[in-house]
Amino acid sequence: MNLQTIVLAAEGGAIPVVHPVDADGVFSLLWLIIALPLAGAVVLLLGGALAPRALDRVGHWLGTATVAGSFGLSLAMFVSLLGRSEEERQVGQHLYTWFEVGGLDVGMDLLYDPLSALFLLLITGVGALIHVYSIGYMEHDARRRRFFGYLNLFVAAMLVLVLSANYLGVFLGWEGVGLASYLLIGFWQHKHSAAAAAKKAFVINRVGDIGLSLAIALMFTTFGTTDFAAISESAGDASQGTLNALGLLLLLAACGKSAQVPLQAWLLDAMEGPTPVSALIHAATMVTAGVYLVVRSNFIYDLTPTAQTAVVIVATVTLLWGAVLGCAKDDIKKALAGSTMSQIGYMMLAAGLGPAGYPFAIFHLLTHGFFKANMFLGAGSVMHGMNDDVDMRHYGGLSKYMPVTFLTFAMGYLAIIGFPGFSGFWSKDKIIETALAENLVVGLCALLGAGITGFYMTRLMLMTFFTEKRWADDVHPHESPRLMTVPLIVLAALSVLGGVLILNDFIVDFLAPVTGVAEHHEPPLAPLVITLIVTLVVAAGVAAAWFLVGKRDIPREAPQDVSFATRAARADLYGDAINEGLVVQPGRRLVGGLATFDRVGVDGVVEGGSAAVGGMSGVLRRVQNGFVRSYALSLLGGALLVVLALLAVNLA
Amino acid sequence: MNEFIKPTVEYFELWPLLVVFGVACLGVVVEAFAPRSARYVAQVLLALGGLGAALVGVVLIARDSEVYADGAARGVLAMSGTIAVDGPTLFIWGLVLVLAIAGTMLFAERHLDGGVSAFAGQAAALPGTEAEREASTRGLDHTEVYPLLMFAVFGMMLFPAANDLLTMFVGLEVLSLPLYLLTGLARRRRLLSQEAALKYFLLGAFSSGFFLYGVALVYGYAGSMQFAAINEAVRNDTANQSLLLIGIGMLSVGLFFKVGAAPFQAWTPDVYQGAPTPVTAFMAAGTKVAAFGAMLRLFYVAFGADRWSWQPMMWVIAILTMLVGAVLAVTQTDIKRLLAYSSVAHTGFLLTGVLGVQQTSALADGELTALQAVLFYLATYGFATLGAFAVVSLVRDSGGEATALSRWAGLGKESPIVAGVFAFFLLAMAGIPLTSGFVGKLAVFSVALAAGAWPVVIAAVVASVIAAFLYIRVIKAMYFDEPVGEGPTVAYPSVLTATTIALGAAVTLMLGILPGPLLDLAALAGEFIR
Repeated sequence: MNLQTIVLAAEGGAIPVVHPVDADGVFSLLWLIIALPLAGAVVLLLGGALAPRALDRVGHWLGTATVAGSFGLSLAMFVSLLGRSEEERQVGQHLYTWFEVGGLDVGMDLLYDPLSALFLLLITGVGALIHVYSIGYMEHDARRRRFFGYLNLFVAAMLVLVLSANYLGVFLGWEGVGLASYLLIGFWQHKHSAAAAAKKAFVINRVGDIGLSLAIALMFTTFGTTDFAAISESAGDASQGTLNALGLLLLLAACGKSAQVPLQAWLLDAMEGPTPVSALIHAATMVTAGVYLVVRSNFIYDLTPTAQTAVVIVATVTLLWGAVLGCAKDDIKKALAGSTMSQIGYMMLAAGLGPAGYPFAIFHLLTHGFFKANMFLGAGSVMHGMNDDVDMRHYGGLSKYMPVTFLTFAMGYLAIIGFPGFSGFWSKDKIIETALAENLVVGLCALLGAGITGFYMTRLMLMTFFTEKRWADDVHPHESPRLMTVPLIVLAALSVLGGVLILNDFIVDFLAPVTGVAEHHEPPLAPLVITLIVTLVVAAGVAAAWFLVGKRDIPREAPQDVSFATRAARADLYGDAINEGLVVQPGRRLVGGLATFDRVGVDGVVEGGSAAVGGMSGVLRRVQNGFVRSYALSLLGGALLVVLALLAVNLA
Repeated sequence: MNEFIKPTVEYFELWPLLVVFGVACLGVVVEAFAPRSARYVAQVLLALGGLGAALVGVVLIARDSEVYADGAARGVLAMSGTIAVDGPTLFIWGLVLVLAIAGTMLFAERHLDGGVSAFAGQAAALPGTEAEREASTRGLDHTEVYPLLMFAVFGMMLFPAANDLLTMFVGLEVLSLPLYLLTGLARRRRLLSQEAALKYFLLGAFSSGFFLYGVALVYGYAGSMQFAAINEAVRNDTANQSLLLIGIGMLSVGLFFKVGAAPFQAWTPDVYQGAPTPVTAFMAAGTKVAAFGAMLRLFYVAFGADRWSWQPMMWVIAILTMLVGAVLAVTQTDIKRLLAYSSVAHTGFLLTGVLGVQQTSALADGELTALQAVLFYLATYGFATLGAFAVVSLVRDSGGEATALSRWAGLGKESPIVAGVFAFFLLAMAGIPLTSGFVGKLAVFSVALAAGAWPVVIAAVVASVIAAFLYIRVIKAMYFDEPVGEGPTVAYPSVLTATTIALGAAVTLMLGILPGPLLDLAALAGEFIR
């Protein structure tokens, strides 16, 4: 059965079925990958009561070690997976029955396949590096142990998300990362803005979560199960309407978690969290969970062109939206966040293009994970040297003072704009090429996005590391400690070299058992020509930045008499105003109306009803006058009633 | 020429009936010959012993009962077919006997009122006369109540077991007459008590007349008193339909009066209030069990084939009963009257179960039958009611029992245990989960729904909501209202009343958490012998 499917898949067009083999050898330790960081979180968060001193001293190393251990296991499994034949590359492990209610039987099942293998490496690998970086970054924070506990919790939840073999398990992880994200955005809760940002992220994410939970409920009613294996097998039997609904609900979930329009508003505010958090959760891993969800649900999306179109539209809007935001922000982290939004738009775009795009979505997700984590950590390093100032208008000329940060950041910069040979070049180029082959308008939008990327990243680079010094008086920039620069160097290397995954179409073939093999569409132009055009557009963006930013003086205060476009972009393209007008105000009115209804209608019925009953009771009790004669009369009346009722029903 | 056939008496199967009757007669003899000082102990022991022996007999018969003919029922027809000792009969006998044992213990309680029982010292003495005062100072006590109780129990056992109309009427009268008497024997507020007894007797006699008239009509229709023969006639004969219908109506009136269904409920509050509380407790629980047993047999066995003609009438009565009981209870200010109306509402709920009867073939395997549901409900209701009235007898002031609801304010502070137990019984009557009342209501509602009687179920749910209000009103008074003046006092009972209350509470809790065993037992009781 499985073999047959693979063969079919290899011929193109067929949707692969999830059909894992039992875990053995190193794979039987699959559970340990999750258990290690989870244990770390438990010890760090709960153990504090027992041994606060000792944990404060070694807690951060413990937290780092658990993630590093998971990375070691992930690597061993990845190597082991490469040694297997293609049809054995889906490994399942049943841990225990989570719950069993009526017809619903949910197991705590894990699924290790090429898709989750790559995610494991990204999460634990980049995660471990960011843990190391955080040791230095959070050194002076009194609550460092708790910070590492939260980080471990996040990693464990993220691993549950990508390793679960059913949607309910995904949901568990989904909520887990949401919780960890909330806790970490608001880590410095003494800052009002951080607390508000955490709340905003949590609330907007709930909207997406509703999509996922409804999708799961719909799956249960349609297929009677939430297992990937069973659903992928019988997805074709469901009606088109159900599949469309499933696709759109999953898209809603993905929009929430991955900050896609219209649920994008939380991501920029989320930068209130400590910078390592921004790098790990809000750049490299959690925000890409939406892309994972779409790619993982390929057996649904491949059957519903409507939902795929919706994904592509959402992704295209987001990739331009994020890029425009990135052009106008002066806060270095917010500029990077806008860029993250835009890059996830690219991934979603690829994921919406079906089997042809899935591998490139994942490919870009990985390379983005490297270079964006790199740049966020670099930004953290800059802030570290600039007394935690985030305004780029107060930077300038830092390349000489922070050489390691500068060089590693430059690697990330070259990767994200798609400088030929760097990782981002390969991944973004592939997405634009596929988009052009599928739909010209979408492809052109993606091309335009690449140009804007070139502009805003160059602007960021120039304002931070070149141009005149615009520092505050008491700032003395310095290079960060080793603990912070070593992860930067490793990530920079990955940013440069990430492109090797595409050599010989490795990633496409590797993911084929999960995503299926695409029918080949001929792009409108030769691939080499497209590559050339993309490079030229990017160059144009870079040049524009050079002339508009690099050649002019940058005022320390942001000028106020700017064009409408700049004002709009600074205000997040009025995303918050749109939410306020379309959702919050009507919601407030609705709730007000409901409260009035509750007070007048519901309470009225209840209180009026009880008053009516009381009144009736008062009248009726007068019949109970204590005279036997009237009792006897009522008895007689009752006898008549009974007999009449009998006769009326039967003889009428 | 009719041949006379010597009736055979199935002594083993009739043992419980005979023992109760024998003990009752023996009690009369004891009353005549034993010295006054020895009578109390002798009568109580005799009654408890007789009831215990009868209960053992019921268990033994149930263990040995065999399938009747080749039908679904188990048991035998005794006394030439006049008494059916089948599964439901045994279940009801067991229930009545346990309730009677608890009732006897309440009768025997002498701690609450300064060493005398709740019954009049000398019933013949006029209230307020010298004779009464003398009887009171001499500490006289009517021990005749125990033989009366035993006769009533005998009636309660004969009534549901009767397999022909005449035996059923005899059962009805044997059960009623001792209760009329017992109602009038209160030691305190004797005028109220005597008035209640007279009302009960007059109305009871009136309704018995209806019943007897129904017997005559149905005999005219079927040519037989036997339920099996009536059933046969109903199946085959379509002529004289109106004779049958009027007959059914008249018989129903007699039964509805006994169970206190609206509009035949008028006597209930007056009698429940006037009767000595131990009698109320026993009567409220036992009469209802027995009368519903008889009603089930009459309607299922004799008129089961014609259930389409009587079910709509019962719908009307059930809805009326529930709503009248619940609504009228709302404005009551006396705790005993309140419980009386609540018992009317419960009659409605029980009728909801009775009308939920379906063809056996229409039931899925293991589905709850109407009989099973009603039997279960009777058990839950019986114990909760008995327990609640027993608690009522504990709350007293200088004038005896303090039954005005206003006097119960602040009871939660005075005696947390008594208030807590009473609140628990009230919650069970309201049908709150984790009490027996919830499972019972669920059972009768679901059989009624399965039989398509959803309008009745809707009315039942509405009535439950209204009833919940009044139960919770009492709980609020006990826990949240400030006591008026001195506040209530709680008398410490002897082990007899305490045991009864504990038994009621334990059964109510058990049936709420683990209803399975009793439901299984009710299922095991199976069907009536037809």
